Amino acid sequence: MDYEKLLSPVVREMKPSGIRKFFDIAAQMENVISLGVGEPDFPTPWQVRSAGIHSLEKGKTKYSSNAGMLPLREEIARYMKRKYDLSYCGETEVLVTVGGSEAIDLCLRAVLSFGDEVIIPQPSYVCYEPMTTLAGGVPVIIETKAEDDFKLTPQQLTAAITDKTKALILPYPCNPTGGIMERADLEAIAQVLKDKNILVISDEIYSELTFGKRHVSIASIDGMRERTVVVNGFSKNFSMTGWRLGFACGPKEILSQITKIHQFAIMCAPTTSQYAAIEALRNCDDAVAAMIEEYDMRRRLMVDGFNRIGLTCREPSGAFYAFPCIASTGLTSEEFCERLLYAKEVAVVPGTAFGKGGEGYIRASYCYSTEHIQEAIRRMGEFVTELTCK
Amino acid sequence: MDQKILKLLYQNGKLTAEDIATRLGADATAVADRIKEMEKAGIIRGYKAVIDWEKLDSVYVSAIIELKVTPKAELGFEEIAEKVMKYPEVESVYLMSGTYDLNVVVKGKTFQQVAMFVAKELSTIPAVQSTATHFVLRRYKESDVELINTDTDDRGNFWL
Repeated sequence: MDYEKLLSPVVREMKPSGIRKFFDIAAQMENVISLGVGEPDFPTPWQVRSAGIHSLEKGKTKYSSNAGMLPLREEIARYMKRKYDLSYCGETEVLVTVGGSEAIDLCLRAVLSFGDEVIIPQPSYVCYEPMTTLAGGVPVIIETKAEDDFKLTPQQLTAAITDKTKALILPYPCNPTGGIMERADLEAIAQVLKDKNILVISDEIYSELTFGKRHVSIASIDGMRERTVVVNGFSKNFSMTGWRLGFACGPKEILSQITKIHQFAIMCAPTTSQYAAIEALRNCDDAVAAMIEEYDMRRRLMVDGFNRIGLTCREPSGAFYAFPCIASTGLTSEEFCERLLYAKEVAVVPGTAFGKGGEGYIRASYCYSTEHIQEAIRRMGEFVTELTCK
Repeated sequence: MDQKILKLLYQNGKLTAEDIATRLGADATAVADRIKEMEKAGIIRGYKAVIDWEKLDSVYVSAIIELKVTPKAELGFEEIAEKVMKYPEVESVYLMSGTYDLNVVVKGKTFQQVAMFVAKELSTIPAVQSTATHFVLRRYKESDVELINTDTDDRGNFWL
């Protein structure tokens, strides 16, 4: 077999995450303390698990309708209204997907023709670029800056728009920076987009996980609903990563089209997960609030810890990551992470994994117990001291 | 604020005021003051370690004793409860709803010792009508701490 000839050049040229090898080394080390994992450590709230079990006991194990069970879609519509003041019709404007990433993929595939451009602010989640490329698009990267709290600015956006621009991915609250976009920030972005034919794919998967400030969806800004697909899901907000369930809400003209792709590629999201998700949306406000309170404490502990050991760390406003600056050590992000791993057996993710703009930073997740976080920071403190003494 | 401080101290009594202040984003002196106030007011009654005695040779046994008692006019259950709680063998005393009155946790070095204490001391109190002794065979969870915690971090190698 000539696999070289067989495989599509687009796929062959897609880079596997460059730091894969580094992660594999970390996974094999015995006493490694990790701040790497990007998923909640809390188990899914019990009543949600129970709802899933109950649906299995009743034998609810068939396909659901392609777009997802109607009661779930209606519950999602109610949730979006209740939480973010967004009005969607459960029947025609909500699609239940396999995780938020599927929804992003569907939107990109639905709007892109060969050579169309997609604006992607970075540092951000790793899937946007390869998904754009796979759909025939061209990623146009905007590097957000620490001095802007890693927000996308209207000036940057204006400069990036060309007549080939089809979509903007808006990844806030942001993995890895912890940055958020507040109402005024979004209004400025809306001003740039209001007379353009550009789709906003707003990845709001961390929407519940903001600290002190409530999340605002760009779709709730005047004139933006018609040009936005809101992507959200259950993984982060409800600690349901393994259930693989997300959703997209948007104008029916777009939703009907992306539902076709979903129908042919996926059929429908897992039925058990859908039953569980209804319970999550209906009865989990308290459980979510308790998780947020715990994240908030860890967040303060971690930010305080990094600043104490001499790694400047801004206060992240959302998601569950701290993004301290390591430039003062004179090392690149990858050098820092690799040497830290070998010297102190602590694993963190280099900022460059999330785009070139992440150089000089590392991402540390606080989806870990406070004791775990403290031990990791203690070891990192030793590492930094030893570096600066040499 | 007080509730949050108490919740943290309940989870970990060794936290300093500064530790707590960091977690809550509060001022360390203010937290220290609140803790002192709550100690004075008797809201915080003490700080103890949660110990897994089974890990040691000096295992002690404990039993839950259900006491049915005759309450005294005017004093109700108070008098008998106060008498029972004064024994050093007694770890806790609760007034219960349901089919018996006082739930008494008793500890001792051996089953024999606990049994003798119940027979000789508790049963002979005039107001006590009957006792039922339930020995603790194994402790799985103590003061919110799982003693046989087998949870491991089984999150996959999913980093991004």
